Amino acid sequence: MSTARRGGVGTPLKYLALLGYLVFLAFPLAWLASTALKTPREMASLDPTWIPRHPTLANFAEAFREQNLTQSAGNSLLVALTAAVLTVLLALPAAYALVRFRSVLNKLALAWVLVSQVFPFILVIIPLFMILKQLDLVNTRGGLILVYLTFNLPFALWMLQGYVRGVPKELEEAASVDGAGRLRVLRTVVAPLLAPGVVATFLFAFISSWNEFMFALVLLKDPDLATLPLTLVRFTGADGVARLGPLAAAALLATIPSLALFAVIQRRLTAGLLAGAVKG
Amino acid sequence: MTAATATLAANAKPVRRKGFEPAVLGLVAPALLPVLVLSVAPLLYGIYLGFTDARAGRNMPVHVTGFANYVELFGDADFWGSFRIGLVWAVGVTVLQFAAALGLALLLNQKLRGRWLARTLTLVPWAMPPVVVGLMWRLVYHPQAGILNSTLKDLHLISSNVDWLNSFTLALPAVIAVGVWAGMPQTTITLLAGLQAVPGELTEAATVDGASTWQRFRAVTWPALRPVVTAITALDFIWNINQFGLVYVLTQGGPGGQTRLPMLFAYEEAFRYGFFGYAASLGVAIVLVVLVVLAFYLRRMLKEAV
Repeated sequence: MSTARRGGVGTPLKYLALLGYLVFLAFPLAWLASTALKTPREMASLDPTWIPRHPTLANFAEAFREQNLTQSAGNSLLVALTAAVLTVLLALPAAYALVRFRSVLNKLALAWVLVSQVFPFILVIIPLFMILKQLDLVNTRGGLILVYLTFNLPFALWMLQGYVRGVPKELEEAASVDGAGRLRVLRTVVAPLLAPGVVATFLFAFISSWNEFMFALVLLKDPDLATLPLTLVRFTGADGVARLGPLAAAALLATIPSLALFAVIQRRLTAGLLAGAVKG
Repeated sequence: MTAATATLAANAKPVRRKGFEPAVLGLVAPALLPVLVLSVAPLLYGIYLGFTDARAGRNMPVHVTGFANYVELFGDADFWGSFRIGLVWAVGVTVLQFAAALGLALLLNQKLRGRWLARTLTLVPWAMPPVVVGLMWRLVYHPQAGILNSTLKDLHLISSNVDWLNSFTLALPAVIAVGVWAGMPQTTITLLAGLQAVPGELTEAATVDGASTWQRFRAVTWPALRPVVTAITALDFIWNINQFGLVYVLTQGGPGGQTRLPMLFAYEEAFRYGFFGYAASLGVAIVLVVLVVLAFYLRRMLKEAV
């Protein structure tokens, strides 16, 4: 931009402002990390400092020793993986069909993505609870997987349609003229081109299921079935000082999968947002 | 009507081929079915429940009670308290976040050193589980072990520790600050996208004409950014008024209901006391409020744009 080239006036102020933002954005994260590295004795000293005096990884080891934490991590992994796999398996053929054979369903799917943003969760979760209760799926991981699948699907459909549109129809037609059957065309021509989109959709579905809290809170009562966010919230003695270290360590560990996977799809997600914003 | 249908049919004809529709339906149905059964149907059923006396528990008889829930809601002081808190929270977070995000987006749109770091950090809250965001800020606000009290004491701004999340006056502002932090990514990135779409020639022409930075912003940038601003603030307001998880983790609605947002109130009514019908009616009421607020807001924004 022209302002940047001229530089000069106001630039130190701009850097000061940017620094202010960096501090605001980073300090809670830094504090979480700092707390995770402190010994129980230092936590109890009631004189909190940024740099731990005797940095230790004991809190992480302790988090791994907590049986209910590892069990919940397993539950979260199982639920999020299954929900993400099912989301892709169901959304991919649907997205392909919706794009290749245009229909009103296309617009309806997008409309539902928008409508579902406006409605408060309480309106959906009470009836959902009643329905799942009738099906004996309350307090089961299967019920939760089903719910996550349902709430991932509209966005996944919308995301995958963009990728399907990117595969030129002529390419498919050329392949079938060369005598390849429809399934073979799909397998050898379309599938490889869609792979990045499938990966992005899968990761998106995994992250949102891994992070989800509300539905898990309402649907899961048995501590043995709890997902990681639930167990973190119920972490015993979270308000006492002694257990804050392990809690911070566990919270950090719980964030790693989402953060790492988000880094992979970040560019695509923001690019989508950018495109949408410009059009709007 | 019939004419329109006829045209539609005529238009549809060339596309339609033999054995084509069932195939499409077969591909689409597996994805559509769960959405219909587990999200569209529950939503409609939820609206219906708002007009009944449904309670938790198996085989409880359900009666349609018309507007009885809404009459009760109207006279419920707890609901109005929660509603007021919800509005303060939603407007507070939306406005502060917009101001903060716009400033950040304007900075990120310039060639400043270190902006990649700010960009990356901006995105982090997006990827974090809301529960972890809540726990993290509880550590920041912790009366004894938190960094906030320790820093403020070092600066001699406070003399004794403040229990931020348990204070009747400070809990809501403290929670609003977390709300602003947590929602920065979407708002900043959207505004940044809007800024990048502002034609560079216009800004340069204004500069050549001798416009100051502020004049350039008023005359060129802001009008171009306006639609994006309208969209993102409206969306932020909706997300915020429906917020649940973050505040549940931070305060559970306490102290004494000072941070009990409408959805926390509805959650307690439904899953602690079992008043399904009443909680659903609260959901319907919030939808109506959102629609009314949006209608006024969008109309005003559109009018001003002309």
